[in-house]
Amino acid sequence: MTVDAVIFIISAVVAVFGAIMMISLRNPVLSVLSLIVSLVAQAVLYIQLGALFLSAVLIIVYSGAILVLFLFVIMLLNLRGSEEMGQHSSPSRLFAKFLLSLLLVVELVFVIKASFFSSDAAVGIMAAPTNGFGSVETVATLLFTKYLYPFELTSILLLAAIVGAVVMARQDNHADRPNSDPKSAEPDNRFTEEMKK
Amino acid sequence: MFALPAYIIIAIFLFGIGTLGVLISRNLIIVFMSIELMLNAANLALIAFSRALNVTDGHAFVFLVLTVAAAEAAVGLAMVITLYRNRGTVNIDRFNILKW
Repeated sequence: MTVDAVIFIISAVVAVFGAIMMISLRNPVLSVLSLIVSLVAQAVLYIQLGALFLSAVLIIVYSGAILVLFLFVIMLLNLRGSEEMGQHSSPSRLFAKFLLSLLLVVELVFVIKASFFSSDAAVGIMAAPTNGFGSVETVATLLFTKYLYPFELTSILLLAAIVGAVVMARQDNHADRPNSDPKSAEPDNRFTEEMKK
Repeated sequence: MFALPAYIIIAIFLFGIGTLGVLISRNLIIVFMSIELMLNAANLALIAFSRALNVTDGHAFVFLVLTVAAAEAAVGLAMVITLYRNRGTVNIDRFNILKW
């Protein structure tokens, strides 16, 4: 067993284990932390696959920005693993949901397997990568020549996301909405009454 | 170096765990994190195929997917904050107005 195989097995087990812990832990903070563990293990897999630049981007963007944003929102809302949140659905429903996602996994495995055996692409041990595969230079060259148009479109997407986030999370102080007084701590009753019907 | 199917199997497992998290979780924030996990599973599959076919195009796709994930997280968390401000909870069983 080579060193590569050992690294692959360890990081794959850690990635799957972190993901399972993420969906099973009650406390949202611990859930975020186990997702970070899973993502770091996935970054190791990226390095094994030769994507050096993207593994750095994965750690910086995900662990550094997105998950810190999640943690920030959890702290801001003061969420704990409250008793109401901790309840999962009844065992029979849980079993049905588990069965559905297992069915999805089996389906995906069959699709991938069928496409592997029908195509004539080489699926054995991967060949040695070309020089500079996955480096910053090759990815940047591709992004700025072949995929220039999608790359520029992402700037519009980010602009829309910034504006949308600011508009939606803004405290609404206008008088045209009832119950929008920020000092009243009770939740908006318009929807809860509708829900009781 | 392992063969391509090993990496694809890991990606499929991560995607299935993400689906299960979306289905069974009652916390809106954990549902969002499960969606992020599914995006990451797709990224892993893209990178594995890109390595197997020895082209870098998959890396450009992964870059764009990461951008979409960041934008989605920002807008989604803003929605979570607004929902919490209006309803005082992030339990998704309480958000059932559109449910038939």
